[in-house]
Amino acid sequence: MKPPPFDYWAPRSLPEALELMARYGEEAKALAGGQSLVPLMNFRLAAPRQLVDLNPIPELASCAVEDGVLRLGAMVRHRFLERSPVVREHAPLLSMVAPFIGYPQIRARGTIGGSLAHADPAAELPAAVMALDGRVQLRSRTGTRMVAAERFFRSFFTTVAEPDELVVGVEIPLPPPGTAVGFQEVAMRRGDFALAGVAVAVTRGEDGTITRARIACLSAASTPLRVPEAERVLVGEPPSDRLFREVEARVSELVDPPDDVHASAGYRRRTLGVLCRRALTAAVSGKEATRR
Amino acid sequence: MSDHVVALRVNGREHEVRVEPRRTLADLLREDLRLTGTHLGCEHGVCGACTVLLDGEPVRSCLMFAVQAHGHSVETVESLAGADGTLTRLQQAFHEHHALQCGFCTPGILMTLSAALRQGPLRSEDEVREALSGNLCRCTGYQQIVDAVLSLGEAAT
Repeated sequence: MKPPPFDYWAPRSLPEALELMARYGEEAKALAGGQSLVPLMNFRLAAPRQLVDLNPIPELASCAVEDGVLRLGAMVRHRFLERSPVVREHAPLLSMVAPFIGYPQIRARGTIGGSLAHADPAAELPAAVMALDGRVQLRSRTGTRMVAAERFFRSFFTTVAEPDELVVGVEIPLPPPGTAVGFQEVAMRRGDFALAGVAVAVTRGEDGTITRARIACLSAASTPLRVPEAERVLVGEPPSDRLFREVEARVSELVDPPDDVHASAGYRRRTLGVLCRRALTAAVSGKEATRR
Repeated sequence: MSDHVVALRVNGREHEVRVEPRRTLADLLREDLRLTGTHLGCEHGVCGACTVLLDGEPVRSCLMFAVQAHGHSVETVESLAGADGTLTRLQQAFHEHHALQCGFCTPGILMTLSAALRQGPLRSEDEVREALSGNLCRCTGYQQIVDAVLSLGEAAT
């Protein structure tokens, strides 16, 4: 299996990369970790004429906490999310979901920017970034814009990014005090694509009442999916098993997941509800996500 | 579609190779350097047979272009045993526990586990299976592989 021929570019700086994207437009494809793009090229499902490798650009691998946000460069790898104490402290949900992404070999190469740009609805990071109210930074030769994760994804493997725009980073607002996160997913085997998954972030006030809630599902729709109506059930209430069961029922009612050879829509609907309850329970009890 | 000259270190030796951009790292190792210990199974990142270490981290060499390895260091299965054929502790444990049947997946599994063991010992069956999750054994001989790794105890490779 060999990809069709292409020209390879290894820009050393972001302006150089943006210049190449502007010059080649639709002919060009940015190469991040390559863990989704290269299989597609090996199958000849993708055949970019110009491949712009972002790996040699050091500024894209940055990680910094400033102005109330955690800023991650697009080339921050999954392995870094797993291991970095800074990420674990400021965006524990990202450290929590990272071990669910593929296998050790995939995580050594795959990147957060690549995962967002690829926009696979079964991917963990898009849903996690959405649950954290994250913003995606897009840049072209002519300008920069920040897009809320919620508005970034358009459909299967499709985002609002223009052909000459690169995902250059992600901003995660530091969570308010009292915020807890949880993640649950079901896959056939370790590292396989998730049949269903749910990331949650809940903030509790001093009296223990939930003041803010985010629920983001994966493998639930053509994009990662927030469920605001189920989130509203949580707000103003103290956490309890009864409350979480109510949310479970609401999530199952509200989602309209796809049917495919791996799982029926009915199975996904039911499972998303259950995973949401478990993620909430784990979050408020401070438990780490478990793999199954 | 111009060629590129790749300068890389493989198993401690410097090489310079002229390649087409679409040549994968796996093909550079096998075809240009004749290091055929690295095997290709699926060529789309699922089977793990082509796992090599890039700057010490395990990666799929079928999902990297050779040009991307310019200036980097690669380790393949050929780097494990000593020049006189002395096996590493991991290889010796594989030998003793019959942890290979047809042997096709073995190079990738040895490289994956060698990288994992550099981070520290794998103490439980769960940890070993987690480390191995990205490698398929078509003979399904996983149990002996797990046994071999667990037999190393606290000893690293």
